[in-house]
Amino acid sequence: MTYAKPLPVVDAETRPFWDACRDGKLKIQSCRNCGHKRFPPTFYCPKCNSPEHDWIESKGHGRVFSWIVVRHPVPRDVYAADVPYVVALIELDEGVRIASNIVGIEPEKVTANMPVRVIFKSVTPEITLPIFEPA
Amino acid sequence: MYALRDKYAIAGIGWTDFSKKSGRTVRSLASEACINAIADAGLKPADIDGFVSFNFNDSVPAISVATEIGVPAARYANDFLSGGNAANMIVLTAAAVIEAGLAETVLCYRAMNGRSGFRLGGGRDLAAYNITQFTAPFGWITYPQAMAMWCRRHMIEYGTNAEQLGEIAVTFRKNAEKNERAMQRDPISMDDYMNSRMIVEPFRMLDICLETDGACAVLVTSAERARDMKRKPVYISGGAYGGGPNQGEDLFDALRWPDHSHNYAKYIADDLWRSAGMGPKDIDIAQIYDCFTYSIIMQLEGLGFCKEGEGGPFVQGGRIAPGGELPLNTAGGLLSEGYIHGLNHVIEAVQQLRGEAGARQVSDVETCLTTAGAMTCGSAMVLRN
Repeated sequence: MTYAKPLPVVDAETRPFWDACRDGKLKIQSCRNCGHKRFPPTFYCPKCNSPEHDWIESKGHGRVFSWIVVRHPVPRDVYAADVPYVVALIELDEGVRIASNIVGIEPEKVTANMPVRVIFKSVTPEITLPIFEPA
Repeated sequence: MYALRDKYAIAGIGWTDFSKKSGRTVRSLASEACINAIADAGLKPADIDGFVSFNFNDSVPAISVATEIGVPAARYANDFLSGGNAANMIVLTAAAVIEAGLAETVLCYRAMNGRSGFRLGGGRDLAAYNITQFTAPFGWITYPQAMAMWCRRHMIEYGTNAEQLGEIAVTFRKNAEKNERAMQRDPISMDDYMNSRMIVEPFRMLDICLETDGACAVLVTSAERARDMKRKPVYISGGAYGGGPNQGEDLFDALRWPDHSHNYAKYIADDLWRSAGMGPKDIDIAQIYDCFTYSIIMQLEGLGFCKEGEGGPFVQGGRIAPGGELPLNTAGGLLSEGYIHGLNHVIEAVQQLRGEAGARQVSDVETCLTTAGAMTCGSAMVLRN
């Protein structure tokens, strides 16, 4: 069965991130000039405008900054079997925020600042999504 | 900072029916609203020489509306690719355009088949390009889903609750009962609000604005010329546009926004009030962009009507209802009147300031705030009569 949900259209700036996910690693950018850590990826550092950066591995731990529980599926046919599901903004220990799902917990039990850790879910041969579970 | 205090005015307003299915082209809706605004000002299409509009790739170029309504010599036409944050900015732009001598009499409009055509609140292209590759694959796709995340953050920070959101929904619906334009005029109670279907927690159905087919148009010219026209001028006293750091290229760029319990409003407040030479205490009524109930709370706080975190309690106890300290969204707002992407708020502001709002007229209105936008970027105006 083909995967019906939205898939990332990987581009030149984001390929290292998605390649790392496929290898089971969560990576963010670190500016080689000023050390600012950033996510989502950009070509230029917003602090110093340097294009030079390293991809550093996040330890994959963070806390729930905010979250929603999707109960009405949109598009209906794509998400009908998944509701209710949790989408959260997670503040990683490295200081950047990432959006993802929280699994392995009933949606009603998710709380603010709850510690979570990354796990990886392969959805196609090319794409592995970083999702989170309670730590 | 907007430096044209009271130098320009709104001299005409026009709108179409607000419906779920217009059965018409967006261009014809735009033209109808523009024709109505021209007639309201007592002018003819030949008197119009400028257009400013905004769209989301769901409308028609301003110049094509000029063509349809027979404007012989449009000297300026600008279409912003923008969300609701532009709904006041286009009016400010019209004033700037006239000040620059590029045109004299400018129509601002927004036209959309927002329910029967392109639905802003619906899902997007499922191929997740650019920033959405970090959001859509996790089922974070629609506006209600995006903004529910902000609302939750406000709840976490300040304890904002469902009763407070519900008071906004119920109050605006009551206003809409007296508005013949409004799409939703059936009364709702707090129980109805609490029992309305949970769409994306913390948002219920009644936290989310309507989807509308229709158009609104506003005619801007110099205050001097407006005084010679048919209607009582409504002066543009002040205005501001913008946001803070990390405004982003897209709604979901807000991943980078520093503090999701505040939106654009706090960043433009100082410019807005200084440009108008007024403050929150000088405002009689306000039409605040209510794509969602919670949007009201962040804007009240950001613009200084109450302290940060106190927007929830502020909306309770009748303060925002007619007769209260600060009546809001007197036509029913985007939640109950309709969603012409925020430009309908300007129409209502003008009607209230002219004293022609009929059954919903608030007494002794001399100043009205209008706002547009709810997240990283927005615009606002202070209008007076």
